[in-house]
Parts: sequence; C-alpha cells; structure tokens
Amino acid sequence: MQQVIKAKAVELLNNGTVNRVLGWQTGEFFYDITPAVFETAEEVEANFVYNDFCGANLSKYLVKETAKEGDEKIAVFLKPCDSYSFNQLLNEHRIKREKIYAVGISCEGKLDIEKLRQAGIKGITAVETQGDKLLVSTMYGDKEFDREAALAERCANCKSKKIVADCDEIIGEDGEVLESARFDEVAALENMTAEERFDFWRSQLSRCIRCNACRNVCPACTCKTCVFDNHDSGIDTKASADTFEENMFHIIRAYHVAGRCTDCGECSRVCPQNIPLHLLNRKFIKDMNELYGEYQAGAVLGAKTPLTNYTFDDCEPSIVHERGER
Amino acid sequence: MKKISLNKLNEVFSAIAANEVLYIPVDTEAGVAKFDKWEEGKELSGALNTVRSAKGFFFPQVENMAEFKVEGKKIEVIDTREECADFVMFGVRACDYRSFSILDKVYLVDPIDTYYKNRREHATIVTLACAEPEETCFCSTFGIDASEPGGDVSAWIKDGEMYFKANTEKGEALLGGIAALEEGDEAQVEAAKAEIKAIIEKLPISNLNMDRFTGENLLPIFNDEAKWEELSEACIACGTCTYVCPTCQCYDVREFDTGKCIQRFRCWDSCMYSDFTKCAHGNPRTTQLQRFRQRFMHKLVYFPANNEGEYGCVGCGRCVKKCPINMNIVKVIKALGEEK
Repeated sequence: MQQVIKAKAVELLNNGTVNRVLGWQTGEFFYDITPAVFETAEEVEANFVYNDFCGANLSKYLVKETAKEGDEKIAVFLKPCDSYSFNQLLNEHRIKREKIYAVGISCEGKLDIEKLRQAGIKGITAVETQGDKLLVSTMYGDKEFDREAALAERCANCKSKKIVADCDEIIGEDGEVLESARFDEVAALENMTAEERFDFWRSQLSRCIRCNACRNVCPACTCKTCVFDNHDSGIDTKASADTFEENMFHIIRAYHVAGRCTDCGECSRVCPQNIPLHLLNRKFIKDMNELYGEYQAGAVLGAKTPLTNYTFDDCEPSIVHERGER
Repeated sequence: MKKISLNKLNEVFSAIAANEVLYIPVDTEAGVAKFDKWEEGKELSGALNTVRSAKGFFFPQVENMAEFKVEGKKIEVIDTREECADFVMFGVRACDYRSFSILDKVYLVDPIDTYYKNRREHATIVTLACAEPEETCFCSTFGIDASEPGGDVSAWIKDGEMYFKANTEKGEALLGGIAALEEGDEAQVEAAKAEIKAIIEKLPISNLNMDRFTGENLLPIFNDEAKWEELSEACIACGTCTYVCPTCQCYDVREFDTGKCIQRFRCWDSCMYSDFTKCAHGNPRTTQLQRFRQRFMHKLVYFPANNEGEYGCVGCGRCVKKCPINMNIVKVIKALGEEK
C-alpha cells in the first residue's frame, strides 16, 4: 500500500496536478509519525510513510492549506473515517474543494502504541504484523500481542470502511458502512445511576491537564479564536481552577461540536491522559439518532444536520425533562 | 545500605506516612501513572514515568497567590500563603530529580519565588533508579545517570528487593524511622547499576550530539527559518509538550471575581499558545513557527547560555511519547544540531 501511495504522490507532483502533497512523514521510530506537506518527489521518496501507525486525520490541515494564496492544488490522502471529516469541513465551508486533489485510501485499522504500553510492554523498538498477531520487539526481548487488542479505540469500533467523500480517485477497495459496537459503552454509562456516572466522569476528567490537544486536533473545532482563548469572552480559562471548570470545558466542547462531530476519534487518540473523550461525543450522536432519526455527520455532502434543521416531527423540548427522569 | 523485600514495601510506606504525607506514583484505570497521596491499599506503579512530571509538587498547575477585598476606595490585600507541611515524594526518577535543579535556577534566584520555595524546602525526595528505561529515554545526553538518581534517598530494585541509600541528613532521618528495613548488600546495588548502564548504552536516542547548541550559535540556529518551518508545520498549537514537561516553567497570572473578593492566581502557561506573553502592545510572536521556535530556543540555547551550559531538558521522553503529532525536542536537536 505504501508503495502505491508514494507512487501516486510522486506522479501528482511530477505531472503538475498538485504542487504539494499532504501525507505522513517518518519519525525517529516506526510509530512516531508526523503529518507533513511534501513539495518534491525527492521528499516523498525519502520521508513519506503509510503504515499501521498513520492514525492522524489529515482533513483539518486542509483548512490552513487551502486558505493559502494561489490556485495550486494540494493532494491529500483520506482514510475512510477521515473522509467524513473532509465532507463535514466542506459542509461548513471551511475548506476549498477546488484547491484539493483528494485520494481515498482503504484502511485496515490503525494501531495505537499506547495500547502496547498500557499492557506493560516497555522499550518497544519494532512491531511487525503476522496475521492476527503482532510480533513486538523490545529492549527486553520479543513479545507477541493480539493485533485486535492493539487497535486504536476508534478502529476497534470502526464505523465505516466506506470512503464517503467525492474523491478524485480511490486507491484500494472501497468498503462498506459497518455495524459497529461503538455505542455499547455509552449505553453502559446510561445504565449507571447518576451518582455512578458522575463518579466515572470525575475520575476520568480529573486527569485533564488542559493542554487543549483534544480541541486543537478536532476537525470540528475550527473557530479562529476559541471562546476559551478569547480574553473578551469573560470565560477564557487557561487552567481549570476547580473541578467544575474541569468538567465544563469538555462538556461545553462536546455541545459545541454536537451534530458536527463525525466520531473520528482524534480527541481520544491525542489525549495524553487517555481520557475517553469520544464517549461524550458518542452520547450526543446516540441521543440525536434516537430523537431525530439516524444521522451521521459527514456521511453526505450538503446534508442538513438535525440540530440546525427544523422539521414538523421534531421532538418537543419537554423530551429533555422526560428523559431526565430515567 | 538498607533493603526491603518488594512485597513488604507497604511497611515502608506506612512507616513514612505515619509521620508525613507521602506521595507515590500509582497506576490509574486508564493505564497512565500519576503521583498520588499514599494510603493503605495503594501500590507503587511499575510505569517508568508519570504523565504529569514531579514538578507539580513545587510548581502546581494552578495556585492562588493573593486576595483583594475592595471597600469603597480601600483595597485590602490578603496574603493567603500558609507554611507547607513536610512531605515525602517517593519514586522520583533521575530525570525529574534533575528538573528540580533547573527549576531552582529560575525560582530560587533573586527575586526568590516564595510559593515555590515554601514547597521545595518541605520536601524529602526519595528517587528510584530506572530498572527498565524506555526507547524514548535520552537523559544520558544531558549527563544524567539513571542508575544514580540522587535526592535525599536513592532507591534501586534488584531481584525482588528494594535497596535504599541515604544521601543527606534528611534522608538518614527518613530511613532511620523505618523499622522494617534490613541491612542490604552493596554488591547487589552495584549489579543493578551495571545492568541499567548497559541498557542505557543500547538506547536508540540516548547519545544526542549537543555540540552546536551554544550561545555563540544563537543566531544561526534562530535564523534557520526553513528548518523551523519544516519542524513546526504540523504543530497543532496545543500545550501537551509544555504541560508534561518537567522543566517548562512559564506561568500566567490571572484574576477573577469570586463575588466576595478578587482572587489572584497563577497557572501554567504554554509558549505554544497564541496569547503567550501577550501584553498591552500585543504579542511579540505572531506565528506558530515563532512560538514553536521559542520553546526549543529556550531549552537548547537561551537557558544554557545563561546557566553555565545546563540545558533546559532532562531527556525524560514525555514529549516524545505524548505529542499528538509526534514532533519533539529529539527531532529538533537532530534537525538543527550536528551529525554525530
């Protein structure tokens, strides 16, 4: 796959279709991959990588890239879940389609090095896939690990292998929307008592260091100045002064992206404290599905979102009260 | 040299906690470690490092500084500082321990930061040698010896036992108060040290070349816009690297109206943020490239130029592990330094 993608990047640069390519660059190790813009075939040949650790969703970088002056196009490689973010950004007029050459690529699920570390594996120097197993080389000897158990959370609960964006071309097989178990954990939280649920979230959110990585990586968070950074907003906060602020930052953010969040899972991927932030967003998605009918943000270009589209059959506001009784 | 069997470590903790508040690294349900107050049932984490570094003991993320009460034209300033109680930090790694001496160079020079000093003076530090360093470790680049971690007491783990050596009077007193300790064999500790050193030799990034990072090279490094552009290109401007960093020391001072008084507090700041060092005239660094460059210039050039060559990095590897886009100081050192 990597060879095909690299060849495509080189071809697009050499034939002048684009003047730069957005992709992933090799790091110091096999897993520390950085999103990067490549401007020459030589750079692509030397540093472009596509492997099990290219989890980063590139869509948001297109906001910055397509705002640049000039008519030249940038090529971007979109995994199925990234293609939802891509569509959503188009729906919100945050990226310019005419300045993008989009290449859809199939995905077998990305690995999360943190899963290996959490299992107590230290000093990891290489990971090789052998069927459904991973052969993990470390400073302290080789270990075997189930590939399934090393998948990033969003990949273990993959919602779709389908490239939903209208790409200029697709490399590999396009897949289907999947039946996933992604709402199971939300349902488990719903079944808790209010007190248990509060304890669960306090325990999780108390680890927050307010680094803003979840917000800054989020393809739905594209405000030029976030309300939490705006000194004139009266609610700007650089640190959470108390537990209330700690909770509210994440809850308000979840509200703000409700109906727009595609469940790409970047927030949880980047959280240095492994806070399962995606569960907040999934709760909103699940609620919207139940109240307004099935809706997947980013699935359809030009779709009207349930929260900004009035229909006669919309539930009454009293639904909040009724559901609160549970 | 004292020792105790690892399965009796609880006795050490309860003996210490009988006299002072004790903090140890513990595992959380999310598989990340943190320093937590010890109480019966809490066990020492096997993780190499906590996500938040140990700097928070002396320089917490948020702390109140003063209160102001306004009545008519009178403003009463209330000093809210209280003398800190003695406490023990157990299981501090060599990298984090070194970070304290870097922070001291900022906070304990004139004008002394009394908030920091208050906590610093009341701490007894028990360090723990790194039995299993990770591929992300590069403390030896900065002359730190993970097998000789320092502090008031140094500890080592070897063959199911923990060994302790007091380095200061405070450390002697601490160990003297733990009845469960037995006499330990120096040779075992020497063997443990040799094992650690052998692993560190083999670590992939343990020996970075720092030769170019001197005050004399400030301008050529600073002005290498093309490199900085390439390095900072994917930065999402979050504060992860700065907030997990044991040596990042910048803070912001803010006030808010509690309804009863004006509370002045300070909190960690990050040079990655767009409002970093923003003042009345605006912001001296208007692009992410400039803010990104500031972080590394500070650690690799400005700080050593002002502090007898001591770098503002201890090679703990937290930023290497935690950066959302995997850009970090190691990549910066390699891109702007010299080939070894």
